[in-house]
Amino acid sequence: MRRRRLTAKQAFTAWAVLVYAFLFLPILVMAIFAFNKPSPAALAGFHGSDICGIPPAQIGNITVWNGFTACWFSAGLHDPTYIPAILTSLQIAAEAAIISTVLGLCAALALARMKPRLRAPFDSLVYLTLVVPEIVIAVASLIFFVQARNHFHAFPPLGKETILIGQVVFNASVAMLIIRARFVGMGDVLEEAAYDLGSGPLATFRQITLPRLMPAIVAAALLSFTFSFDDYVVPAFTNGTTNTWPIVLYSAVRFGLTPAVNALATIMLGLTLVAVVVTAVVLRRSRARVGPQEVATLPL
Amino acid sequence: MAVAEKTPDVAAAPAATRRRRSFKPRYPAWLTVPSLLYYTVFFLGPMAILVAFSLATQQGFGSLKYGFDTSQYHQIASPLYLSIFERTLVMAGLGTVLAIAVGYPVAYWMARYLSTYKMLALLLIVVPFWTSFLIRTYALKIILDPHGYLAKDVGINILYTKYAVAVGLVYNYLPLFILPVFASLERMDWTLIEAATDLGARPFTAFREITLRLTLPGVVTGALLVFIPMTGEYIIPNILGGGNYEFVGNVIGDQFNQAQNQPFGSALSIGLMLALSVFVIAYILVATKEEQFGA
Repeated sequence: MRRRRLTAKQAFTAWAVLVYAFLFLPILVMAIFAFNKPSPAALAGFHGSDICGIPPAQIGNITVWNGFTACWFSAGLHDPTYIPAILTSLQIAAEAAIISTVLGLCAALALARMKPRLRAPFDSLVYLTLVVPEIVIAVASLIFFVQARNHFHAFPPLGKETILIGQVVFNASVAMLIIRARFVGMGDVLEEAAYDLGSGPLATFRQITLPRLMPAIVAAALLSFTFSFDDYVVPAFTNGTTNTWPIVLYSAVRFGLTPAVNALATIMLGLTLVAVVVTAVVLRRSRARVGPQEVATLPL
Repeated sequence: MAVAEKTPDVAAAPAATRRRRSFKPRYPAWLTVPSLLYYTVFFLGPMAILVAFSLATQQGFGSLKYGFDTSQYHQIASPLYLSIFERTLVMAGLGTVLAIAVGYPVAYWMARYLSTYKMLALLLIVVPFWTSFLIRTYALKIILDPHGYLAKDVGINILYTKYAVAVGLVYNYLPLFILPVFASLERMDWTLIEAATDLGARPFTAFREITLRLTLPGVVTGALLVFIPMTGEYIIPNILGGGNYEFVGNVIGDQFNQAQNQPFGSALSIGLMLALSVFVIAYILVATKEEQFGA
């Protein structure tokens, strides 16, 4: 009996190891190929001093290993298109995170203790924003903004603002669900105690409710930030002439790719990992006990 | 998203509810007004225009006349576009089944066999999800490249085929499936399995009769959670299918990018939403039925 159990465990462990390899191998390969030289044939015909200054069209086959170089990192960081696009994306993502979290927090507070019958219409609207495919939201936003501008001169022209507006629809719903789940889960006993002791609604909110909601608020803001920063589909249709990081990344992937893209992607990956670790530490420090359940809901 | 929904009700302690309350802290209903306004203008507004566009008539390049023209919908019903819808749904279904087959054992392994490293294992599942979707798809493209090692040395040359699209779907959406299933496995009472095996059940019978039944809601939620975005997928068929294997989402995008046939693109969008709504409604019916008879 004991023996049998052990082999089952070993089989599951082996499978899990395979799946983790499947998840991480492509990312690892991408990071390794950020250090790849252009192919020898291409280098023979290239006479510049900086081998990473080679034009994308001449670079040759870079999916096999040609030798080690670190120059793609400086090439990527000095690229005239990538860095401004990354800054634009960071700005939009920060704004999207703030707006989505505030909208989501307000709605979550009111909805959590509302009668189910009153809550139902709002809930269906929220789920609708999550179920409608992103490509549909993207094209609908595109024609909406173009028509609103043509006929009513309302809303900004296509650009950063329209990207932001389109992304907040989805992110506000996600933020609301995350914050509300925690709010409902923590009950109202402490709030009631505060009221009984003579604390007013605002003071109670500031001193009791808000601190206890903080882990969920941080999670919602981080998630909105990630979703917005990572989003290609909405900006692809509502960007006008604005370039975001996913947009330049996408065109690089489809046309003229150099390992400089790998280098920048690797830097981003590193920064993301640092952010995840910092968040985990912060959440642990804030006395809120974070169990597997919370981690499970974190990226949703 | 649905996972976050399931957890709440548990924490309401019976002792606290039994006591009669003089007063219940509530937040005012007007706090919902900002998001309600936002959704109305920036979500329902675009959706309404989408419907109006799908019924409009194209006149020349880029100009159109509003009306009640259903010809766009007739065009969708042609064999060409029906086959694209069919392909999209079949591929999303296949991707979902693969995600279940690959992901369920991993979730089971984490919940059943791990204790100290459970959080770490879970975090490692989540990490790829926090990295860029595009970068992950691109990373897969490097591996599958016809000039790369997998194609040259192993003989697996599948880039720009439906197989590459299927691999891309599973690769990108696997974490999203594992998380809700893990959450439901984590809630499970493993002593039930012990009791069943003590009473003579074989391990697999115990798994089928207890574990599988109790975690089925999590599996269904996870499956829907990956099926919906897979059906609307745009990036994966473009990058890994290379335009040879388009989903409905790509055809919609083409109508707005290159073809400039916006009424047809709008009608396709409505069609895609209708196709999806069938599955969502089925899920809601099953979920409410379970709430009535289950537990």
